[in-house]
Amino acid sequence: MTTETPTLDTPPDVSDDRPDTLAMPKPQLTCYALEKSYRKADHEVPVLRGVDLEVREGEFLSIVGQSGSGKSTLLHLMGLLDAPDVGEIRLGDQRIDDLPERTLDELRNHVFGFVFQFYHLLPELSLLENVLSPLMIRLSLLGYWRKRKELREQAREMIAKVGLDHRLSHKPRELSGGEMQRAAIARALVSKPRILLADEPTGNLDGETGREIMDLLADLNDREKLTIVMVTHDAALAREADRTLELVKGRLVGQAAAA
Amino acid sequence: MYKLLLCLRYLRTRYIALACIVSVTLGVATMIVVNSVMAGFSSEMRDRIHGLLADVVLESASIDGHPDPEAHMARIRQVCGDDIEAMTPTVEVYGMLSFQYLGHWITRPVTLIGIDPEGKAKVGPLKEYLDSYREITDGDTVVRQPLRDVGVPAGWTLTPEAVAHREAVKLHELQYYREQDGETGRIDPSTIVEQPGGETRTAEREFDPSEFDTDEPGEENVADDAPTFDEPPFDPSKLFEDEIEEVDPTAPLRGRLFVGSGLVSFPQEDPQTGKVKTIVMVRPGDDVKISTVTSGRPPDTIHFNATVCDVFKSGMSEYDSSLVFCNLEYLQEVRGMLHPETGTRSITTIQIKLKDFKDADEVIAKLREAFPPGMWSIQTWEEKQGPLLAAVEVESAILNVLLFLIIAVAGFGILAIFFMIVVEKTRDIGILKALGASSRGVMSIFLGYGLALGVVGSGAGVVMGLLFVAYINEIEDVITWLTGREVFDQTIYYFPAIPTAVSVGMVLWVSFGAMLIAVLASILPARRAASLHPVEALRFE
Ligand SMILES: Nc1ncnc2c1ncn2[C@@H]1O[C@H](COP(=O)(O)OP(=O)(O)OP(=O)(O)O)[C@@H](O)[C@H]1O
Ligand SMILES: [Mg+2]
Repeated sequence: MTTETPTLDTPPDVSDDRPDTLAMPKPQLTCYALEKSYRKADHEVPVLRGVDLEVREGEFLSIVGQSGSGKSTLLHLMGLLDAPDVGEIRLGDQRIDDLPERTLDELRNHVFGFVFQFYHLLPELSLLENVLSPLMIRLSLLGYWRKRKELREQAREMIAKVGLDHRLSHKPRELSGGEMQRAAIARALVSKPRILLADEPTGNLDGETGREIMDLLADLNDREKLTIVMVTHDAALAREADRTLELVKGRLVGQAAAA
Repeated sequence: MYKLLLCLRYLRTRYIALACIVSVTLGVATMIVVNSVMAGFSSEMRDRIHGLLADVVLESASIDGHPDPEAHMARIRQVCGDDIEAMTPTVEVYGMLSFQYLGHWITRPVTLIGIDPEGKAKVGPLKEYLDSYREITDGDTVVRQPLRDVGVPAGWTLTPEAVAHREAVKLHELQYYREQDGETGRIDPSTIVEQPGGETRTAEREFDPSEFDTDEPGEENVADDAPTFDEPPFDPSKLFEDEIEEVDPTAPLRGRLFVGSGLVSFPQEDPQTGKVKTIVMVRPGDDVKISTVTSGRPPDTIHFNATVCDVFKSGMSEYDSSLVFCNLEYLQEVRGMLHPETGTRSITTIQIKLKDFKDADEVIAKLREAFPPGMWSIQTWEEKQGPLLAAVEVESAILNVLLFLIIAVAGFGILAIFFMIVVEKTRDIGILKALGASSRGVMSIFLGYGLALGVVGSGAGVVMGLLFVAYINEIEDVITWLTGREVFDQTIYYFPAIPTAVSVGMVLWVSFGAMLIAVLASILPARRAASLHPVEALRFE
């Protein structure tokens, strides 16, 4: 619906007043003038050259772009896995990219849910344990022990939601790609994040399975009003999102949303 | 929570970690075994070195000694009586032991110690070392039961076996001399014991008047004569007649000895069987010749014959091949340590046993104050054997350092393997961080992993080491049987079995050390894991 124009020097206070955003929910995650470059030997490789982005509450945003355009990099910055060279990231009104390490860890655990292209489940743990792992990370040994029944129930529910409740004790390598990706989604959601960041969640799956995953994401967005930011290079999949942005030469370029 | 879970999972699924555990286990087990055996050896060695030495020894600076031991002992008791359990006065002097073996005279330098066996037994072990109180074994089979009961106090009497042996020898000699009467041929080599009558008849009479004192009640003879050895004071033929006519030649002489086994026996390997046998040259009941000096001025050489009452074996070859115990009164008489008028006896040494050896330093200090240093030297047995004890201690310290290197090697193994695991787990570390795990959390996974390896490894090592120590002699048997070579040769080490001593402190120290090394070795990899950048870790292929 909106056209996100690259505004390199947008002052970080105007977004709410723009007329076209008035009808929309409040921006939940805002990126201002993000720049990121990688240093290889002597020469710098600029990847992001000033990205401005607003993610609104409950929206399904997709980001497309060519391979190597920096989609993953942007998603990592948004999820606080990496720090931008220039620019800031705000959660609501609070700047979050320059917080101390401990707070960042907590935000990653509480606010963001990550889904990766290669699932990235922990191979030593069973499906249930994988899904439980964000909760385990959150709690101390004692805290976890006290609430273990409740937490397991929570994880089981989440697994049931992605349709894997019959494979609780299987190890990741005993699951198919689609199943692993569902497990990864369950893991990302179990900690009740406010924003789900998905980096090519279907990139490694065949069309049919990818479809299922997309449906699952769309369903979550629909029913639970979960904010989803999905990175993909598949334009067709991107069209299912509320809004699609394209990353070109290190800047975001707006695209017409499908919905 | 995830830390613990992952730790355990990594432990269970990484078989390479087994290598770490095994190396820690082996290191710990080796250290425990070697330390236990070393401690066993060393305490056995200490016992042996202590063996015939009393806790504290008050030694006269002169071998002439000092008169009136009772006064000295009273003084000692007055100074530190509370710490003292027992005391015995002795006379210590250098001498020579001579005996005939296969027709040849063998003379050896010895330390001659005049003791009262009962008194000596109170200040330290004595009976335990005497042959007649011990069972003689050859390997596992008992060759001879103890001849005397432990309850019987140590004394200068002959066992019935020794008496029988003596009678047989004397009878043989008598017969021999009767047959050879008039001839001056060599003595049959098989009769290895000199015949008092025969010997003194020829050359040695004037050197050795005491040799004749074979009659038991002849006390006054010696009392009168002993201080004046220089001149032949009485008519030897009269004594000689006494001896021949009245005295039973099989009765033991007045000089009685306990001789160190190393002085009168030697090991010999049987060329056929390869077994080592002990050849005994002098046995209880035989007579030997002792030479020493008088306490007069200038000291004169004296010689006397004495009957060997027993052979002792303390297990400390230094003692067994140099000490000869003699009956104190007799030694005092022949050395002229009896005052001609008052009849007081001199002694050179007072051996003291303490109630608690820990008080030794205090006692020594008090005694040194009470007894002038020029006249008396006061030492504990440890001081007397200082260099030897120090050698044992240094040896075990060096061995410990070397052994700890084994565990250090295990530590480096852990370091290498952990680095490998960290590299292998790089992506998982990235995932954990993406899920919100802190750097410290990731680090503690690997530290905990190291600790777990250390705990499991050293636990297994402790069990293995203790089992090995418990069954060390059985294991030795098996190895001997497998290799056909005796691992632990009993003739080399006096011990019948490998001595071991397990100390709880040592086991704790070793296992904590091993755990510490395991944790230390995991610090570097853990820090590396913690410092991994989440994105780079995730991108890691
Ligand atoms: N650690 C790094 N060092 C150097 N260059 C890097 C590093 N990480 C990423 N890049 C470069 O940054 C650029 C963007 O990478 P990124 O992974 O964000 O692209 P992408 O859009 O996600 O591509 P794809 O669609 O293939 O996943 C690429 O050109 C890549 O080579
Ligand atoms: Mg990518």
